[in-house]
Amino acid sequence: METDQLIRTLAADNTEPARPVGFVLALALVAAAPVSVLMFVATLGVRPDVMTAMHNPFFDLKFAVTLALAISAVVLSLHLSRPEALLRGWALLLLVPAGILAAGIGGEMMMPQRLPMMTRLVGNNSRACMTAIPLISLPLLAGALYGLRHGAPTRPAVAGAVAGMLSAGLAATLYASHCTDDSPLFVMTWYSIATALVAAIGALVGSKVLRF
Amino acid sequence: MREREDEWTGLMRLAISGDNAAYHRLLKAVTPVLRAAARRGLARAGQPVDQSEDIVQDILLAVHLKRHTWDANAPFAPWLFAIARNKLIDALRRRGRRIFVNIDDFAETIPGEPAAETAPASEVAAQLRSLPARQREVLQSIAVDSASIKDTAAKFAMSEGAVRVALHRGLTSLTAKLREQS
Repeated sequence: METDQLIRTLAADNTEPARPVGFVLALALVAAAPVSVLMFVATLGVRPDVMTAMHNPFFDLKFAVTLALAISAVVLSLHLSRPEALLRGWALLLLVPAGILAAGIGGEMMMPQRLPMMTRLVGNNSRACMTAIPLISLPLLAGALYGLRHGAPTRPAVAGAVAGMLSAGLAATLYASHCTDDSPLFVMTWYSIATALVAAIGALVGSKVLRF
Repeated sequence: MREREDEWTGLMRLAISGDNAAYHRLLKAVTPVLRAAARRGLARAGQPVDQSEDIVQDILLAVHLKRHTWDANAPFAPWLFAIARNKLIDALRRRGRRIFVNIDDFAETIPGEPAAETAPASEVAAQLRSLPARQREVLQSIAVDSASIKDTAAKFAMSEGAVRVALHRGLTSLTAKLREQS
């Protein structure tokens, strides 16, 4: 086919442009969320003392951190779905959840504690945390990657890693309502390892499926 | 240069709002620039420059199918060159060379470069043959026979809507096949 012919064909196909990437990403996440929620409810469930736990600021802080991670990763992934996007500056968005967590750690340090620092950091649920967050995040990761395929990321591995952080943030939000380890030191250690794992999976898969 | 790029941005805004003629003009206008950049990239990678046309068509298809990622408030040229650069890197990598593509390859290209002989593109045409019959017929009717959507609909006893769908699906799967081969 000659290029002039191709151009004529493309011009003939200039009907209504496709939906924005954000719309498709939102739909895909909404479709994937019930699967993750079901996995969570069927295996772990919300902790029984959740009503009392809500009065503990460190319990609530977990949600601030995980949701901040999810939201900044959504914004960053939509930015990266534009081909001309530059990473610099925008990656600082990921410092928002890190900053909230650091403030939480500082706050905890200043309060009298029953347990020594290392005990709080190691906690009781580290293995569950590192297993549950990646597993629960998989359906969401699939949804996020599907949504981002609609975009045109010129750094597919980076975009995939951010999709991993996005889904880990959402999965960790679910998991946080189950876990009885509320110390920000626990969150900093085990949630981060789980998130890094999902980000690595996202980068690996993204480098293949997000190419356009 | 500045003027040219402002003109592209204006044409693309019209195109997005449904002006097919503006879209056609835009694609015609950017093609020589893309071709010159592809030739420059090939030359730098030590590849025969007459292979540029497949890369140009690959870029045009990506521009078409990803145009919803362009922000109508942003200038068009940086978006276009980012897609072109990405496709050029892919194409050179597929040819198995280490490559250095400079963004200036696009920005500094003068459209009026001597149009030395360029081999006809073959990849799109080759993948066209593997499409489902209906999509292939519709694409061929519009591309090769220059028929309108309306005439194509009459020729195959389809509705115009069905022709549009077949055309769009055809272009989408053509692009997917080109990507798979790399």
